[in-house]
Amino acid sequence: MTDITKLSAAALADALVARDVSSVEATQAHLDRIQAVDGDVHAFLHVNQNAIAAAKSIDSRRAAGDDLGPLAGVPIAIKDVLCTQDMPTTSGSKILEGWVPPYDATPVAKLRAAGLVPLGKTNMDEFAMGSTTEFSAYGPTHNPWDLDRIPGGSGGGSAAAVAAHEAPLALGSDTGGSIRQPGAVTGTVGVKPTYGGVSRYGAIALASSLDQVGPVSRTVLDAALLHDVIGGHDPRDSTSIPDAWPSMAAAAREGLQADTLRGLRVGVVKELAGGEGFQAGVTQRFHETVALLESAGAVVVEIDAPSFAYAISAYYLILPAEASSNLAKFDSVRFGLRVTPENGATVEDVMAATREAGFGPEVKRRIILGTYALSAGYYDAYYGSAQKVRTLVQRDFQAAFEQVDLLVSPSAPTTAFPIGERIDDPLAMYLNDLTTIPANLAGVPGMSIPNGLAPEDSLPTGVQLMAPQREDARLYRYGAALERLLEQQWGRPLIDSIPDLDQSQQSAAQEGVI
Amino acid sequence: MAQKDALMDFDEALRLYEPVLGFEVHVELATKTKMFSDAPNFFGGEPNTNVTPVDLGLPGSLPVVNAQAVRYSIQLGLALGCSIAESSRFARKNYYYPDNPKNYQISQYDEPIAYEGEVEVELADGTIFTVPIERAHMEEDAGKLTHVGGATGRIQGAEYSLVDYNRAGVPLVEIVTKPIFGAEERAPELGAAYVQVIRDLVRALGVSEARMERGNLRCDANISLRPRGQEKLGTRTETKNVNSFRAVERAIRYEIQRQAAILAAGGSITQETRHWHEDTGRTSAGRPKSDADDYRYFPEPDLLPVVPDPAVIEELRASLPEAPVARRRRLKGDWGFTDLEFQDVVNGGLLDELEGTVAAGAAPQAARKWWTGEISRVANTRDAAPGDLVSPQHVAELIALVESGDLTDRLARQVLEGVIAGEGSPSQVVESRGLKVVSDDSALTAAVDQALAAQPDVLAKIKDGKVQAAGAIIGAVMKAMQGQADAARVRELVLERAQQS
Amino acid sequence: MPDITSEQVAHLANLARIALTPEEIEKLTGELSHIVDSVAKVTEVATPDVPATSHPVPLGNVTRPDVVGPTLTQEQALSGAPDSDGERFRVTAILGEEQ
Repeated sequence: MTDITKLSAAALADALVARDVSSVEATQAHLDRIQAVDGDVHAFLHVNQNAIAAAKSIDSRRAAGDDLGPLAGVPIAIKDVLCTQDMPTTSGSKILEGWVPPYDATPVAKLRAAGLVPLGKTNMDEFAMGSTTEFSAYGPTHNPWDLDRIPGGSGGGSAAAVAAHEAPLALGSDTGGSIRQPGAVTGTVGVKPTYGGVSRYGAIALASSLDQVGPVSRTVLDAALLHDVIGGHDPRDSTSIPDAWPSMAAAAREGLQADTLRGLRVGVVKELAGGEGFQAGVTQRFHETVALLESAGAVVVEIDAPSFAYAISAYYLILPAEASSNLAKFDSVRFGLRVTPENGATVEDVMAATREAGFGPEVKRRIILGTYALSAGYYDAYYGSAQKVRTLVQRDFQAAFEQVDLLVSPSAPTTAFPIGERIDDPLAMYLNDLTTIPANLAGVPGMSIPNGLAPEDSLPTGVQLMAPQREDARLYRYGAALERLLEQQWGRPLIDSIPDLDQSQQSAAQEGVI
Repeated sequence: MAQKDALMDFDEALRLYEPVLGFEVHVELATKTKMFSDAPNFFGGEPNTNVTPVDLGLPGSLPVVNAQAVRYSIQLGLALGCSIAESSRFARKNYYYPDNPKNYQISQYDEPIAYEGEVEVELADGTIFTVPIERAHMEEDAGKLTHVGGATGRIQGAEYSLVDYNRAGVPLVEIVTKPIFGAEERAPELGAAYVQVIRDLVRALGVSEARMERGNLRCDANISLRPRGQEKLGTRTETKNVNSFRAVERAIRYEIQRQAAILAAGGSITQETRHWHEDTGRTSAGRPKSDADDYRYFPEPDLLPVVPDPAVIEELRASLPEAPVARRRRLKGDWGFTDLEFQDVVNGGLLDELEGTVAAGAAPQAARKWWTGEISRVANTRDAAPGDLVSPQHVAELIALVESGDLTDRLARQVLEGVIAGEGSPSQVVESRGLKVVSDDSALTAAVDQALAAQPDVLAKIKDGKVQAAGAIIGAVMKAMQGQADAARVRELVLERAQQS
Repeated sequence: MPDITSEQVAHLANLARIALTPEEIEKLTGELSHIVDSVAKVTEVATPDVPATSHPVPLGNVTRPDVVGPTLTQEQALSGAPDSDGERFRVTAILGEEQ
């Protein structure tokens, strides 16, 4: 019997439909895997005690002949930024330790309704602020490719869980690259939908105008299947797009037809394509990917997006400003941590002591920065100006998409670096999101797929695809096509090269996977 | 305890200084649900039972705008003579307070739904002021705090506080005036009258119940003084907790006197929020306005701009009710009341009731007499609103029964009692309680003869021409008839029978 | 652009209700000065003729009908409360004015 945890979600779904495997078996296999390796990886903050029960229920319904969705019975990990009413939701912070929400986030409700089985909550940088998961209040997650290295962030837990085969699918959130960048450094697939494509209701807010919830997986088709489940209008989220979406899974499957890439106009964004701050191996693999596209018939042009040089600066003004306001609700009154200082404290003292104890250094940094950017006398220069840069970034995207159908760049400037290497240098950390931030500012969708191992360290690199707003299907169509090309080059999926974490899995490795 | 403020004589204060006023009135809208959540919008209920994750500001929750609240706000803006914004947006007002569940309030800042209007306010003597309106904007209400452990139930000295978020998220419209000049010594009166006009306006529109005592209508009064002849405006104070029209008037008067005394003594006014105390008739200092009031406004990213449809605006404009001042003018003229009589009605909040009663057929004066008299008296003893006790239709019916002679005034009051108690319409109460005036002359005559016979000395006086003496007989007859007789008819009969015997 | 001072950071910490230690204030002052220097370049391109964009996807008039929906039970509402009297959330004495 093939190791269930090595199956893609699509393959597992097929096996479930064919009754070759039950959801209970599939769920148990993943719970066993978590048990075996998560002591080292630390992708999970909480494992769902009700997972088997949920799986059983799907199996019963299938046996009774109920109409079930395509992913019914498939287990999934959920980034701890999303509210789950049966599991604690901490957003990676001490200030929410043990908090169990009285409601489910809309994407969580949707996945439950579609019959997916929640495995647990995954680790993340505190309040999604970070690009390495080192700012989690619960300890870092370790990259399954090399446990001494970062898995990316803020969604390092979800990416690592999927890379380590602890889950076939995960949900993540992306504000400046928090799905795509971990995807790049863990050799997995991650998608940030068009802003408004997936409901934010129940996703603990970081920056309201930038946040999106999206799929994390090992293949493009898997991400597409999950995207179809969680996407769509939600009346509870005023910013969610009202129109119906086409099927992403259908788009991914269409992409596998012959010659999909022929004639595709692809733009390489000059400002994101390499240079200072980029690791040589990352740039090399990126150029190889571009060449591969050309060899398949795509037409590649260079795109100049001058405003992108200001994107990080604008981002690090807009995000802290919105976050400083979004995080004001963590004040010890209605939920979460309460720290009462001695000597007859007023509620103001309690609030301040609670936030001092409950927030980590990066969160404090950004709250103070954001408060500054919004304060009287500074608004126009900082927040106001940053919103203007957003306009310019959107204009550059619009101009680019008049010339090309798709934009490409590396998903991250480097491969996974050692844990601790950049933790004392905030500005260096911020550069991890250099290539992913513009898509968040403009609200356009972006996808990262693995495009190789960097020659100097044999660690994964990723290529980012971007499309116009509402053209998420384009990413899946051409992403699937590119993924196939790459895998044909390698002879197998990249994730199969990941080192074994668990000795007992040795035989499976020898059998036929590697 | 704070020292008593020095107060300058009001007239003296006005001689030296020119008062400049400003008002911020908050109106609670009578929508079915809250401003940004679909929790019900009603008064009362067990604490924290009327909340969704949105109203509690739970992590992950998001606001969604109530379409009816927008509609009501537009109507209100139009009634205030305002222009309606082509594109209006929400903003976050950031400040920390336990009754503020997100520690920011969703309000409006630089693109309010309505702006630049004016409202006519008529004072008791007919003087009309035009109050300039700066803006009207939409926002959400905060929760309710109860302070425990202090002496007065207020914040000072409280040990701890309890928070109920049932009210959090209720839709509000804030109406802000521009500085009001020229009120002079009528400033206190103008303040009270202005708030009344707003009250009447929102009730006429049907967008709010506007009961100050329930907090549906809240007024913050801003006053500053500037020395006569000076160009520069003085420092203003903002007075809160002004919970009735009378309080508005008193608070303005007090602040003028207080500020004048300070300025005349060479001091300066602290820009601050003050709290009105109804019991002592004073304002007390609150926290001085500091840079802690930097609200760091920025456009609300979770909500999209509201772009009202011009056709809808015109439709709402066309269906606006008559402006209160114009309506009052018309009614006063129609009814022929004196200024005092009319003001009585208006002060008692009885305009609608009177209008309804007259429409049901009663004469205006009779309607006025009953509503401002007996009905208001009963209402006061029960701490209720007159309009809640009895309907205009029933009052008109009652008046008609008195008019036709079926009831005396005194009997009518008993009937009213029955109607208020829910026993039915006036006619039904008359029937069930047997309160009709006895109009059968033979029964009356018998009673009169009996009373005359019982008091021969009085009978003698009457025959002698001392008509006033008849009073004793009339009293006896009325007593014997248990009040169910028309006193005027009894008197007629007494005099008649006295002469005949 | 003006430098950030530690007085400013202390003031901002107060606005943001975080009881930073003196060491944290010192450290943050240095870090923030750096960061602000580097992000201040947004003013270079933020000229008056460029409008601000606050919402990446231009939707408008998103409202809901005035219809009652489900509410939490009192127990659910209080479920996360650090302190309550069973009906209401409890907080220690408040310094400021009622708004």
